Amino acid sequence: MQFVTKQLRPAIVALLLLTLLTSVVYPLVVTGVAQVAFPAQANGSLIVDSQGQLRGSALIGQHFDQPQYFWGRLSVTGPVPYTAFNADAATGSSGSNLGPINDALVGPEGTVQARITALREADPANTAPIPVDLVTASASGLDPHISPAAAEYQVARVAQARGLSVEQVRQLVAQHTAGRALGLFGEPRVNVLELNLALDGR
Amino acid sequence: MTANGYLQLGLFLVVLLALVKPLGWYMARVYQGQPVGLDRALGPLERLMYRLFGTRPDEEMNWKSYTVAVLLFNALGLLAVYGLQRLQGALPLNPQGLGAVTPDSSFNTAISFATNTNWQGYGGETTMSYLTQMLALNAQNFLSAATGMAVLVALIRGLSRRSASTIGNFWVDMTRSTLYILLPLALLLALLLVSQGVVQSFSPAHTVPLVQATADADGNQVTEQVLPLGPAASQIAIKQLGTNGGGFFNVNSAHPFENPTPLSNFLELLAILLIPAALCYTFGKMVGDTRQGWAVLAAMTVVFVALLGVVAWAEQAGNPRIAALGVDTVASDLQPGGNMEGKETRFGITNSVLWAAATTAASNGSVNSMHGSYTPLGGFVPMFLMQMGEVIFGGVGSGLYGMLIFAIIAVFIAGLMVGRTPEYLGKKIEAYEMKMASLIILIPCALVLVGTAIAVVSPGGTATIFNTGARGFSEVLYAFTSAGNNNGSAFAGLGANNIFYNIMLGIAMFFSRYWIIIATLAIAGSLASKKLVPAGPGTLPTHTPLFVVLLIGVVLLVGALTFIPALALGPFVEQLQLLQ
Repeated sequence: MQFVTKQLRPAIVALLLLTLLTSVVYPLVVTGVAQVAFPAQANGSLIVDSQGQLRGSALIGQHFDQPQYFWGRLSVTGPVPYTAFNADAATGSSGSNLGPINDALVGPEGTVQARITALREADPANTAPIPVDLVTASASGLDPHISPAAAEYQVARVAQARGLSVEQVRQLVAQHTAGRALGLFGEPRVNVLELNLALDGR
Repeated sequence: MTANGYLQLGLFLVVLLALVKPLGWYMARVYQGQPVGLDRALGPLERLMYRLFGTRPDEEMNWKSYTVAVLLFNALGLLAVYGLQRLQGALPLNPQGLGAVTPDSSFNTAISFATNTNWQGYGGETTMSYLTQMLALNAQNFLSAATGMAVLVALIRGLSRRSASTIGNFWVDMTRSTLYILLPLALLLALLLVSQGVVQSFSPAHTVPLVQATADADGNQVTEQVLPLGPAASQIAIKQLGTNGGGFFNVNSAHPFENPTPLSNFLELLAILLIPAALCYTFGKMVGDTRQGWAVLAAMTVVFVALLGVVAWAEQAGNPRIAALGVDTVASDLQPGGNMEGKETRFGITNSVLWAAATTAASNGSVNSMHGSYTPLGGFVPMFLMQMGEVIFGGVGSGLYGMLIFAIIAVFIAGLMVGRTPEYLGKKIEAYEMKMASLIILIPCALVLVGTAIAVVSPGGTATIFNTGARGFSEVLYAFTSAGNNNGSAFAGLGANNIFYNIMLGIAMFFSRYWIIIATLAIAGSLASKKLVPAGPGTLPTHTPLFVVLLIGVVLLVGALTFIPALALGPFVEQLQLLQ
């Protein structure tokens, strides 16, 4: 028993001191440096338009289902898609955990078929196969990106709905497409919110 | 998978392995009390801390005292995490006004973070105040990792000392791990992550207008989006480096504020495996033969690469039922293709599967894609990586001490084959060590299988299963596999934030972590007291390719023999259904 009591003081003091160091000093130092060196990134990479209005975050997607906008990934957050935080419902980011043979995913009433139907109805003339990222739900429910293929699939619809030429829309898409980092890491991607804001002229 | 995919996977391994020697060398110096540069700045602080602890740094402990120190320190940490969650409603730094966390969820989370599991039963942004995230969760991210590293160092001392009665001083090992290894690396990584867009702010959430208003199920117009912030980068850096894995946000490293870019993803991935891999070199250095460390690292790497190949193939092949609906799932330079359900566009297939393998090889448990929507064989890989006992890299410290136990078992089996007393690093392996080693192997297996069995036959266990059929069983098996091996990832469809799972999984995490620590330290103490046996012609060398193969064989055999029947009911049966 003596060797238990002997370790009690170091245990208590170590917990307090190391908590102070790792959980107060360390995060405050990181916050201090981050707020000075990278203020925009540290505060959520916000998009501010030319009128100084807050429009969203470059990192967090928004929900679109009207034909004149590009649509993003499916989102399973509640109560509405792309809910990053909802205090009343106590909901936030949320990903899809539907198994590959679950009818809720691949059945006739499943989420994939529902998205295919919606895309086809919005643009009946388009019979190209749909890129897979456009019919599947993201991991965060907030995915700001789609693949370049998924954007290209929607170009004709958006151009028609806005009375623009396909080329004009393609150009905007290209402006909001990011390649692989250093030409190597990650995937090429299109930022849906920034693209749609550009289409609206903001 | 495209050529770029292979290139990304290969480059990751190259960078990881290139960092093993420098960091491993540095850590060996830290644990041997040699000058490391940083001690010029932090030395006075370190000595002041020992004075306040009331401990003399040169006063060493026998294995029993060391164990008591570990357990006492962890018990206090556990109580602190529980208390802070229960009281957060009355404490400051709570801009969203979140109330107390429920008792069962607090119990689960306290065990989860103290044991380095970091199973996430709660939703981060909706449950935990900034203060709880910092003082409770962030502190344990450091301290549970430092605990694992200290236990490993004690075991290494047991292997390298002769006729000794002590195995080091826990307070010194733990403090030096934190001050000289975890804190500097975390500080560096946190700032790199902020530069990529990981948030680090104490402001309350932003409210932004939606470009296109939308309506909820009741027809109410929604015109705004609330963006939660917080001191995330500092916590994410240590959650990856310390193989903790509990997310700041609900969806963990899939959240764009936790992991916004391919570069942040690469850095976080590296951080997951960095310390566990480098500790292999530290081990070799401390036992005076670096070849021993490389052999263990080789065994880990071979298993990792093989299983990474399986999950990459399975996810890139995609879901035939989605392809059958007229969807294009072929990878190209314009789209990732494959099974994109539950994955983020910026990570595609390549970086999602690499993460899935890394996070379950190490006992990290953070996710950047939802394992619950993986193809059956794709989901089998993370499950099996955990079921091998979290020794393929494994947790910081805990992975390598687990692997060294497997090495002891491997030399024992080899000894049986030729009828000689087995030895490892010049230490005779006898009945006592084998009893303890058997406990270390058997306890997680028993916790996983018995826990799963109880859950699937009790109403509390089946009530919150999300998918039906084989996938539903896999959700439960995955949960107990994750808890029983202190990983923390999930097939997250399973509703686990309820009394049944909070308590059952809490018990699994608790016994797995501390039983193994006690038995490991017992082996350390016993080995330390032994004399060195000079290597003879009958000694099995433990740095050769032959031993690497033997070690891999033992690890795979234990995992396979224990879990194949259970896996047959989950992923294997589902794979057959998928192909039907």
